[in-house]
Parts: sequence; structure tokens; C-alpha cells
Amino acid sequence: MNQIDLTVRMYRVRWCIAPNVTGVLKIAREHVDAMIAHAREDHPDEACGVIVGAEGSDVSTRFVRMINADRSPTFFRFDPQEQFELYKAMSAAGEEIVVVYHSHTSTEAYPSRTDVSLASEPQAHYVLVSTAESGASEGPVSVRSYRILDGVVTEEEIDVTE
Amino acid sequence: MSVEVRIPTILRTFTGGAKAVHGNGATLEQVLDDIEARNPGLKGRIVDSEALRRFVNVYVNDEDVRFSGGLNAPTADGDVVVVLPAVAGG
Repeated sequence: MNQIDLTVRMYRVRWCIAPNVTGVLKIAREHVDAMIAHAREDHPDEACGVIVGAEGSDVSTRFVRMINADRSPTFFRFDPQEQFELYKAMSAAGEEIVVVYHSHTSTEAYPSRTDVSLASEPQAHYVLVSTAESGASEGPVSVRSYRILDGVVTEEEIDVTE
Repeated sequence: MSVEVRIPTILRTFTGGAKAVHGNGATLEQVLDDIEARNPGLKGRIVDSEALRRFVNVYVNDEDVRFSGGLNAPTADGDVVVVLPAVAGG
């Protein structure tokens, strides 16, 4: 089993945050591994996807890679038709997006101004994976999680469950 | 019967939390104008100077309105409109 050198910022959120923001992303190890694998595969283009779960639960259960319709090293956009199919599947199953992840391929794992201005899922945890250090190869990768609400970025702790 | 417009979470502040609102009109724009009257500010988050906003996807009965006339996409009683903000970034 390859050892993935995972840099996870453990960051306690203490200041005032919205009522339903818990300040922590609970995520399964296999989902963290899946995001990193996707980011490495698509490097140098940004990779993107979601982890969905039962509506209102804040528990992520189903991992879904999404196509980056922009296929760009600096932008990502879910293919609209694929996003619509995802929306219909989630509506039928009583699910919602819990995690939106995407990768930064030459910058840090922190939301860009574009990320913040386009964040449209207020209930979601926004996970950034940076492949700037090691690119497509095994090696250090940075994974950090944030809430983005009304233009405000709040980093949160990541609690990885094995 | 009228046209049902499903509202994404981020725009529910304009509908008092409602996940769907109803409106009347023969085109998407007419329906949005009708809904705007009861939910002020909502249309402006979907439309920008007479065109649909770039990062908002709108579907009328499963069809992306980009391919069926945009704001002039025809709507009829019983139709379902879905507003889906794009997931995008950089």
C-alpha cells in the first residue's frame, strides 16, 4: 500500500460562524484518497467533483467525479448536462451535495477569488486539493477544507475516518 | 395549473425559504417576471441585462434553455423549470 504523504491543515475554527456550520469536515479516508487520485490523474488540468449525502445530514456518502468542462489548469466548471443529471439523481434519492472538491495545480489549496465569487452551494464543504508540489506523481499533496458563505471563507478542520 | 420553478438553496432567501414557486407566462421571461412580482430580487440573480446569467443553468422540462430560446423559451401550464447555479471556480 503506497503511503500518501498527506498534508492536512488541522485548523480549529473559533470565531462566530453560521448556526449550522460545525467547523469540521468529517470524511472517509477512501474519499480523501479518491480526491487525491483524481487530482493527480487530471494534473495539470483542474479536477473536480462532489461527495453527496442525505439532505440535511452533513454526512458525505457517495463520491462522484465530475467532468471539468473547461479542461483548464486554472478553471473548472461542471458540465451543465452532467450537473443536471446529478441534480435529478439527488432529488430522486433525497440527497444533496455535501462536499464540492476541486484541485489547484500550481497554487495553494486555498479558495481563489473566482472560487469565492462562484460558490453556489451554501451547505457544502469546499475541499481544495493542491497538486502544485508533486503534480501527477506520488508525493506531497495538500488537502484543505472550507465553508464559503456570502463571500466569506472559513477554513475548517478535516476529521478523516478510516 | 401554472409553471413550477424549482429554486436552488442559494436563492431561497428571495422566496422566504420556498424550494419551489409558481408563475404564469408563455415564455421563461414572462414566468420570471411574474414570480419576481411576489419574490423581489429573484429575477436579477438569474438574468443580467436582458440575458440569462452566464453561471446559472436553467432547464424547462429537462431541456437546457440555452438550446431552446433562452429567455424566450416557451413555457406552458404544468411545465417544470429548474434553476441550477453552475458549480465552477478557478
